[in-house]
Amino acid sequence: MLGNLINQGRIKSPWVVHFDCGSCNGCDIEVLACLTPLYDIERFGILNIGNPKHADVLLVTGTVNQRNKHVLKNIYDQMPTPKAVIAIGACGCSGGVFREAYNVVGGVDKVIPVDVYVPGCPARPEAIIDGVVAALEKVKKLLGMTA
Amino acid sequence: MTKILLAVLALVAAPILGALITGVDRRITAWLQSRYGPPILQPLYDVLKLLGKQPMLVNTWQALCAYVYLVGAALSVVLLFTGSDLLLIFFVLTVGAVFLVMGALASPSPYSQIGGQRELLQMLAYEPLLILVFASIAMVTGSFKVSSVFELSRPMLYDLPLMFIVLGYALTIKLRKSPFDISASAHAHQELVRGVYTEYSGPYLAMIEIAHWYEVILVLGICALFWSTSFVGMIVLVALTYLAEILVDNVTARLTWRVMLKSAVGMGLVLTVVNMLWLYAQ
Repeated sequence: MLGNLINQGRIKSPWVVHFDCGSCNGCDIEVLACLTPLYDIERFGILNIGNPKHADVLLVTGTVNQRNKHVLKNIYDQMPTPKAVIAIGACGCSGGVFREAYNVVGGVDKVIPVDVYVPGCPARPEAIIDGVVAALEKVKKLLGMTA
Repeated sequence: MTKILLAVLALVAAPILGALITGVDRRITAWLQSRYGPPILQPLYDVLKLLGKQPMLVNTWQALCAYVYLVGAALSVVLLFTGSDLLLIFFVLTVGAVFLVMGALASPSPYSQIGGQRELLQMLAYEPLLILVFASIAMVTGSFKVSSVFELSRPMLYDLPLMFIVLGYALTIKLRKSPFDISASAHAHQELVRGVYTEYSGPYLAMIEIAHWYEVILVLGICALFWSTSFVGMIVLVALTYLAEILVDNVTARLTWRVMLKSAVGMGLVLTVVNMLWLYAQ
């Protein structure tokens, strides 16, 4: 029974940490727009927590380059399991227009496993919220929950 | 026998009530910010989730600190519900709070370190205030026993109105609310990442959150003592105090520790002296 309750909690309380991995700030502003009264993601129990040790979902915006790939990996490793990663924007998904640049590694999935891709340049706040909900659906399946 | 029942009630009902109060707090805060806000049960979901996370420790000392903090907070609520000594409650509460700081200082992270030191400054601000409140309660009732408050024929608020404001100061600091949320903030306001909580994670953060619910009940319980003659009066007084607390949290900005220390201790001492003079003049 406690296991069931804990699973319920996992679905209803995804705390996110946002990492700007070399984004142009377009997607970052859209991520922060989710916190405003217009979208109010706290309705779903989502908090922007700013500390990887407390977070469940890692939102990554921007391309990964040779310098910050270690930082990204470090942040990912600091998050206790179970955890999910969401790549946001064209750059986060694939490297975007910068993918051919000499210093760019590519999308976020080149360094850490990504669960959900949110496309867009920049991704709309609705799409980002939808991405978090899609990640939760994935977690639900993983936990074997039907509801 | 009644004491054992009361102790069990304190252990089981206090954290649930604390969680609900925190949930209502988050909802009202959301309304004040013209948002919809999370469900009332959200704090419970948060803690359940944290309990199921992988335990990640910087060192084993931190785990001990989280346990002692939880036990300290729970024990102080049990002592309050069983009508024990106010000074004993104060000491047990302090031991728990000191262990929280020690756990934060046990890791080399600068956020945790500064958070821990700010938490010590907060304790330096609210502990004299609590002692002053407890001493003035003892001056009215003639005893430090919580049970002796309930033998009064009229509410303590008539004799100690200014001490209630002093308690309000301590309450704001203890609840980690603006303008005194300098070591770590309730809600998801970021201050020094997460201040004193930064290095605690997973189940240990859950324990600290449960301990915080106990502390909420403890400070509100002490507020309730000021209207000990009727149960309805207690509820109304606590509800009004908490609503004022939420309002203050939403209309004020975070202060620096210097301003906190000066205003809390300064105001506390002045209000106490005035209240004591008034008590003697009566």
